Amino acid sequence: MTGDRLSALQVELEILRYNPETDTEPRFQRYSVPCKNEWCILDALNYLKDHLDPTLAFRWSCHMQVCGSCGMMINGEPKLACKAFVRDYTGVIRVEPLAHFPIERDLVSVADDFMDKLKRVKPYLIPAKKRSIEEGEYRQTPAQLTRYRKYSMCINCMLCYAACPEYGLTKSKFIGPAAITLAHRYNQDSRDDGRDERQEEIATNEGVWECTFVGACSDVCPKHVDPASALQQVKIASTVDWYLEHFMSWVKK
Amino acid sequence: MGEKMSRRPYVQELSRTTWYFKQPRYMRYMAREVTCIFIGAYTLILLVALLRLSQGQAQYEGFLAALQQPGSIVFHVVALGFSLYNTFTWFNVAPKALPIQIGEEIWPDSVVAIAHYVVWVVLSLVILFWAGVI
Repeated sequence: MTGDRLSALQVELEILRYNPETDTEPRFQRYSVPCKNEWCILDALNYLKDHLDPTLAFRWSCHMQVCGSCGMMINGEPKLACKAFVRDYTGVIRVEPLAHFPIERDLVSVADDFMDKLKRVKPYLIPAKKRSIEEGEYRQTPAQLTRYRKYSMCINCMLCYAACPEYGLTKSKFIGPAAITLAHRYNQDSRDDGRDERQEEIATNEGVWECTFVGACSDVCPKHVDPASALQQVKIASTVDWYLEHFMSWVKK
Repeated sequence: MGEKMSRRPYVQELSRTTWYFKQPRYMRYMAREVTCIFIGAYTLILLVALLRLSQGQAQYEGFLAALQQPGSIVFHVVALGFSLYNTFTWFNVAPKALPIQIGEEIWPDSVVAIAHYVVWVVLSLVILFWAGVI
């Protein structure tokens, strides 16, 4: 105990450790960490690394719920370690890397698959006609902004993938909540005309039709992006496309 | 360039048979999905009723008598409970599939959910009235 200021809370952490150079499988290691009452799990991990065990590996950057780096499982729930506070837990807190992703080392997940999926859905404006700089900016009304604003708040923290059982059960074949939501975000944008290109990726069996609407993605999203809502809207729009194509081909999309 | 990185990621598997025990929300999801069996059972009973109706008055009256057996009544009470659960859970998530934006405002989820309940009650009353029950 190094004085009252630090010993406000003695927190027991049970942390998953995996060293790819020496371990064949992960194991748990217990630590007792002196925490301040206002600390989040990320503060506790940083104290642990600075004072107790410098070998622990984890990712973090901003400490303010913006960078999306410190996603991990805390008592089995996908959380940002900077948004989960030690005072809200009792007993031993179990900290593991994000579910469904391969473990690089300790609490560090392999994010390569997610990065590939983001690229696949073409998450950028594809305008029908490019404007020159002289023509000025693409203009948009507040109502047009509202159509996609919520879906543009994603910070790519991958908590929704760790929450989604379909992503785990399909061994990561499912394109997944965040990437499809990002596609929907651009499809909803009045400045964009790239929906047909994105549908090639997302209106598929590995795309939105793998989703069975468990809804866990929206429950765990730290930015209230509501991926489950985006995916159900993509399903409805894709179904309408199918009917128009097969039964009402004279109607122009 | 430096040395080649030694990467040996550990792959986490999700059990195909027990995954839904991992989180309460997965259990709730499975409850919503499994209770659709009772909706299916009701649909089958309706189809049998149509079949018996097409076979004549005696067959249809036999079918109605079968419905009044104690076993049938127990089944209907249980099935009604699970069917209501299935209906409520779907109505409550319906706003996610049908968000309504008017101008710059997105309507609250509760408006869409309540609209489902209202339509459900009105249709039920119309059918009961049409069938001469009320």
